Amino acid sequence: MLMRKSSLFLIYIILNILFLILLFTHASFEKKKDMQFLREKMEMVSKLQLADLCLFTEASYTRHLSQADLHTPFQDSPTSLEHFPSGSLVGPPRSLRKLNGKMD
Amino acid sequence: MAKWIERQRNIIDFTLSSLLRRKRKNIALIFVYIVVVFFLASVLFFTYSIKKEASMILQGSPDMIVQRMVAGRHELIPISHIDKIKGIRGVSSVKERLWGYYYDPIVGANYTLIVSDDSQLSVGKIIIGEGVSRTRLLFEGDAMEFKTYDGAIVDLEIESTLSQKSELVSSDLIVISGGDFRRLFGTPEGYATDLTLKVRNSRELPTIAVKIAELLPDSRQILRDEILRTYDAVFNWRGGIMMVILMGALLAFIIFAWDKASGLSLEERREIGILKAIGWETSDVLLMKFWEGMAVSLSSFLAGVIFAYIHVFFASSMLFEPVLKGWAVLYPHFKTVPFIDASQIIALFFLTVVPYTVATIIPSWRAATVDPDSVMRS
Repeated sequence: MLMRKSSLFLIYIILNILFLILLFTHASFEKKKDMQFLREKMEMVSKLQLADLCLFTEASYTRHLSQADLHTPFQDSPTSLEHFPSGSLVGPPRSLRKLNGKMD
Repeated sequence: MAKWIERQRNIIDFTLSSLLRRKRKNIALIFVYIVVVFFLASVLFFTYSIKKEASMILQGSPDMIVQRMVAGRHELIPISHIDKIKGIRGVSSVKERLWGYYYDPIVGANYTLIVSDDSQLSVGKIIIGEGVSRTRLLFEGDAMEFKTYDGAIVDLEIESTLSQKSELVSSDLIVISGGDFRRLFGTPEGYATDLTLKVRNSRELPTIAVKIAELLPDSRQILRDEILRTYDAVFNWRGGIMMVILMGALLAFIIFAWDKASGLSLEERREIGILKAIGWETSDVLLMKFWEGMAVSLSSFLAGVIFAYIHVFFASSMLFEPVLKGWAVLYPHFKTVPFIDASQIIALFFLTVVPYTVATIIPSWRAATVDPDSVMRS
């Protein structure tokens, strides 16, 4: 006997929801497992006195985001424009945005 | 209750049959919908996880960094400033920090060289990050060649590599001894790249920063709070790619909504007319349209979210990699910790499912309230 379309739809939705719950469970286990590595990273940051994440290595101001200064857009010459892709991906450091808040 | 459930099921049966009659259009619609949800959810999962991880691991960063500025650029700072800063009440320790960038012409990558005062690293030895090891194919015991500021070649032996799990902070790092660092860059004794501070009470940080600014007018102070907030807003929605993705998603939804709200197709209007003519109530038509909206949007939403999770947390955001890499030669391979919570899913649900379902119901309500005869004739 053919299954009703509504039953198929409900089965599909329930399976998806169950899968989503499974992913949440996976996230919870992974978080617990990764805590040890997070602590390791925290210790490394503390030991080496690091201030930034290594997300983008193409330009100094995106490698060390928090260390960027007001001259960042003019790195290479007084009229040079931003040309690294990651520079357009990330926001400027907090300290600079505080200064330029009213102009933004 | 059983009667109510049976009624809903009958309407769902009918709705799905109706959707299947326009198979191609609806499959295309569901595909685009899944892609839109997938990209939105991927961005949300990725950025939230990075932000969360940054806020945790950067708790260990210095309370304050003091840098000397000359003509708007970061300059070396005299180590003698340490004593001046130590004299400020509330400062518990001040350390010099030696770090810089080294461009490797062999592979065209930039490394971050840093001196660790805690490590027992002897002169002539280095510890490298996993990214450096991968890019240069160098491992423990190998020698790495460096060109000093005066053109001499120096070979430094790799003592060990930093853990692969720490790539998010250490991929491009080369930990080096103070003596080798000065030899490489010609940094004079008595100078450091910048100074780092620990304070007794973090609430005093802004006051201490003001005092340092008065004491050393050519310096700038970077507080840990600012570092944390920088990473809290690291992928700002105004950033280039974020804007492109958000605008793309927004436009897609505008097209969906416009397609729905601008009116129903002739076939759909006729269908509503026939249903009304054979005795369906307006509420039944609306219920059918509600289930139609739900069938399309809920199934697309769930599939999109699941694919996004797999993409970000199992496949290390592989679709974002070309964007994140930019022009970098050395790219850190890191797996984000799945920091997700129900609020993210709920926000996505309200952003994607609700507008579509509403946009499906409104034009149907308009069509369902007019005379069936005129609807069928139009």
